[in-house]
Amino acid sequence: MHFTSFLDGKKLTIALTGEIDHHCAKVYIQSIAAKIEAYAPEVCVLDFRDVTFMDSSGIAVVINALRNMAQIEGKLVLSGIAPQPLRVFQASGIDKIVEIKEALV
Amino acid sequence: MKFDNYMILDFPSKSSNEAFARSAVACFAAQLDPTLEELGDIRTAVSEAVTNCIVHAYPDKLGNITLRCRILKDNVLDIVIKDRGVGIADIEQAKRPSFTTGGSDRSGMGFTIMESFMTNLEITSTPGKGTTIHMRRRIQRRQ
Repeated sequence: MHFTSFLDGKKLTIALTGEIDHHCAKVYIQSIAAKIEAYAPEVCVLDFRDVTFMDSSGIAVVINALRNMAQIEGKLVLSGIAPQPLRVFQASGIDKIVEIKEALV
Repeated sequence: MKFDNYMILDFPSKSSNEAFARSAVACFAAQLDPTLEELGDIRTAVSEAVTNCIVHAYPDKLGNITLRCRILKDNVLDIVIKDRGVGIADIEQAKRPSFTTGGSDRSGMGFTIMESFMTNLEITSTPGKGTTIHMRRRIQRRQ
C-alpha cells in the first residue's frame, strides 16, 4: 500500500493505490482519518485512479472517510474509479450517497 | 457431478492470503476465457468469502480454510470455500446489507456483493462447526 496526499487551499486530495482489501483497510482508514484531522479540509477527494482491485473493505474506507468529513462539516468526493471498484460501489449503493467524479469506464 | 477440471487449496486464515486466494482463483478461471468484468466479479466474491473466514470464522486464532474450484459443463465456475470456525447462528441476519459484527472497519456488504456478483450463492453453517460458501458463476462464451 502506498499513500500520497496534497493540499490545495482547502481541498485535500488523497491518492490510494494498489489493492484495497481487509488486509490493508485498517491502515487506510487510520491514515485518511489522520490526514483529515491534521488539515481539516472543506473538500476531501479520494483519488482511486491507481486502485487496481477493491472489495467491500473499500466501502468501509469510504464510509469512515465520510464520517470524518461529516464531523468537520466538509464534503467527500471520489474520483477516477476504474470499472471493478465502481461495480463494488454500485452493488453497495454507496454511489448514491457520495459524489463520484470522472469514473474511468 | 461431471467436471472438466478442478483445484483445491488449503491455507491458514492469515489476511495476507486474501490476495493469494482471489489471484489463484482468477488464474484458474482464466481457462474459461472470462471478460475482465467477469474476472473482476469472481475475484471480488472470493475476496469477500475468504475475508469472512479470516475475520469472523476464526476471530482469535488462525484456522484452516479450504478452497475448491471446479469447471462444470456449460462454462460454469464452481467455488466452495469452507472453514471449521465459529459458524453463523443467523444466516439471514448475516446476509442483510450493512449488518456486521466486525466493527467500523467492516462494511457489512460482503454477502450482498457475493450475491450480486455470482450466479448462485449457498451458505451452510453450523454454529461451533464451521461455514461453507458454495458459489457459481457462468462465464459467457465469446465468439
